[in-house]
Amino acid sequence: AKKELPEHFKAYKHVWVVVESEHGEVHPVSFELLGEGRLLANKRGVELAAVVLGGDAKAIASAARECFEYGADLVYTVTDPVLAHYRNEAYTRAMTDLVNTYKPEILLLGATTLGRDLAGSVATTLRTGLTADCTELAIDDEGSLAATRPTFGGSLLCTILTLNYRPQMATVRPRVLQMPSRQTGRTGRIVEHALGLAEDDVVTKVVQFIADRDSNKAQLSYADIVVAGGLGLQSAENFQLVKSLAEVLGAEYGGSRPLVQKGWMTSDRQIGQTGKTIRPKLYIAAGISGAIQHRVGVEGADLIVAINTDPNAPIFDFAHLGIVADAIRLLPALTEAFRKHLSVNRLAC
Amino acid sequence: MHIVVCMKQVPDSAQIRVHPVTNTIMRQGVPTIINPYDLFALEEAMRWRDKFKGALTVLTMGPPMAEDSLRKALTFGADRAVLLTDRFFAGSDTLATSFALASALEKISTEFGAPAMIFTGKQTIDGDTAQVGPGIAKRLGLNQLTYVSRIVELDQAADKIVVERRAEGGVQILSTRLPVLITMLEGVNEIRRGTLDDALRAARAKIITWNAADAGITDLTLCGLRGSPTIVKKVFAPSPRAEKAHKIPTADVPVELLAENVISEIFKRQPAVEGDLMKFSAGQ
Ligand SMILES: Cc1cc2nc3c(=O)[nH]c(=O)nc-3n(C[C@H](O)[C@H](O)[C@H](O)COP(=O)(O)OP(=O)(O)OC[C@H]3O[C@@H](n4cnc5c(N)ncnc54)[C@H](O)[C@@H]3O)c2cc1C
Ligand SMILES: Cc1cc2nc3c(=O)[nH]c(=O)nc-3n(C[C@H](O)[C@H](O)[C@H](O)COP(=O)(O)OP(=O)(O)OC[C@H]3O[C@@H](n4cnc5c(N)ncnc54)[C@H](O)[C@@H]3O)c2cc1C
Repeated sequence: AKKELPEHFKAYKHVWVVVESEHGEVHPVSFELLGEGRLLANKRGVELAAVVLGGDAKAIASAARECFEYGADLVYTVTDPVLAHYRNEAYTRAMTDLVNTYKPEILLLGATTLGRDLAGSVATTLRTGLTADCTELAIDDEGSLAATRPTFGGSLLCTILTLNYRPQMATVRPRVLQMPSRQTGRTGRIVEHALGLAEDDVVTKVVQFIADRDSNKAQLSYADIVVAGGLGLQSAENFQLVKSLAEVLGAEYGGSRPLVQKGWMTSDRQIGQTGKTIRPKLYIAAGISGAIQHRVGVEGADLIVAINTDPNAPIFDFAHLGIVADAIRLLPALTEAFRKHLSVNRLAC
Repeated sequence: MHIVVCMKQVPDSAQIRVHPVTNTIMRQGVPTIINPYDLFALEEAMRWRDKFKGALTVLTMGPPMAEDSLRKALTFGADRAVLLTDRFFAGSDTLATSFALASALEKISTEFGAPAMIFTGKQTIDGDTAQVGPGIAKRLGLNQLTYVSRIVELDQAADKIVVERRAEGGVQILSTRLPVLITMLEGVNEIRRGTLDDALRAARAKIITWNAADAGITDLTLCGLRGSPTIVKKVFAPSPRAEKAHKIPTADVPVELLAENVISEIFKRQPAVEGDLMKFSAGQ
């Protein structure tokens, strides 16, 4: 039953996106959110704001410029050395201060480790509702944020509202929303906010940060081409065939969840509901049956090519191109054929 | 040292089916299990309990049958089990859940000693929000350490803890003061089998059962549906893709030719991929 929004929440206006730019670079999910936030703000007839927190004024200025180009009308910045690295305490304090001062009606974050850590404590501090790991956002007929998320491993979707509390909060999975196009030179207003925290006020200290670049972690979510294998490949040796094809294509490789359990690949390469969501231009799936938990992670791909010996495998229900064949034989042939195509091109250049 | 692990009993999602007509989840007859992510938290907690010869309490909020999961945790080696159960908790979202659990944790603290560490799993396999851990930490004013893969150092005398955690784009090593709330990453350890003694003790153990009043909750408007700002508007099945895959003929086609055909189909449908690949190979 819908109650009237309490009086003190009626001042809450505008759509906000929390921008992740911890290491000097904006996480692409923040731009994806600005793209979607723009549509929500237009529908509500309000402004779209980005929130950029950090320790380095130059990095913040550059992130703010990018936010304008991806659709923000205004950018709230908090520049403070205590925000140099992500720490829950300091970031929660900054976000709750900003919300209480400038009162947004909608607050969106990426469903990354940072976004989920921060959103959970901000929502609790503000005593408002938070919908997790969404795949779709909309404004319903009453003007409320309708946030949709997959549940029970993707076999069902549910739409969740936060009617009588503000802001309405949601975290959204990277790669499920379209990356908006960039409007070079577009600008807006900057509102600087002071935090007033001293380093001594923050109990938790960052001793060290070891970036993934140095440790060869997979960049699956943002790869243009992904080649993946499943249990149909039958052995860790045959899984090498997937890696070889990926290498020739300059692609990332990954696989279904059982491969992690079997130790054929590391968990950062798992694709699906409990792994990565990918949105490549080309996805090649070899020996993967296409369970719902896998499907939800790959549906955003532009072209899905499935190789499976079983003509009735569920993957053929959502792949664009299907090949009923033995992947163990076809993969090496594909690798060879691609190699030939590409070397012909190299000679021609 | 007193350590508490929060565990949720969940339906075994591998066996969840959706009713084809009504689009509702069919829970009847679906076995329940301890949320698999919570076992990593439990094992980690037991290792530190063993090391410091402390006591370990497991806590769950759920219907009376959630007692099964608590008893199971006792067979693994937990020392004490608390079940928080009341019809007023029905329909709790994460805000209401963290309120109820935080209240019970305060009660546990006065009854059995203040915990130095409270563990949760990274997330559950049903609600899957990863929001309850941070919620409890905020409500109790604890330092929060999420996605922890390893406890590097624990100095009880100095109230100091150092952990490795999965952060965006890398691994963060954080140092903070006890007491803390830790959400444990998956795959970092393996739950022990538990001894015969544990099994015997678990079979006889009395599960401490509290309702809302027992846990010191006086304001019931903060519980269950009433205390939940989020509202589930609708539940529905994903819409099926209209057309099925275009099958490339394979009968009597030699594999080399098949590979060529696959490549032409890919380039025909995604010319951008061909362009990218040509650029990639030219750059090599
Ligand atoms: C809570 C939960 C979360 C989950 N999360 C994920 C997730 O994130 N990602 C994920 O992938 N799964 C996930 N799963 C598991 C998922 O339900 C499936 O079990 C899994 O995706 C199946 O993997 P698979 O397709 O590799 O293996 P299988 O289902 O065993 O399929 C193997 C396929 O290979 C085909 N095949 C056999 N031989 C050959 C051959 N020589 N050449 C070509 N094809 C061949 C077979 O016809 C079959 O279709 C999750 C499950 C649960 C319960
Ligand atoms: C399909 C579905 C979707 C939902 N979506 C949302 C949503 O978007 N937002 C929202 O606010 N609520 C949501 N809920 C409600 C939410 O699941 C409940 O509030 C639930 O009680 C706790 O959340 P969780 O399962 O997501 O736990 P998580 O936050 O994922 O759990 C993290 C850890 O907290 C501990 N924990 C969680 N629950 C308990 C418990 N009952 N007892 C002891 N320890 C526990 C466990 O250690 C667990 O590993 C949803 C529920 C369902 C069924």
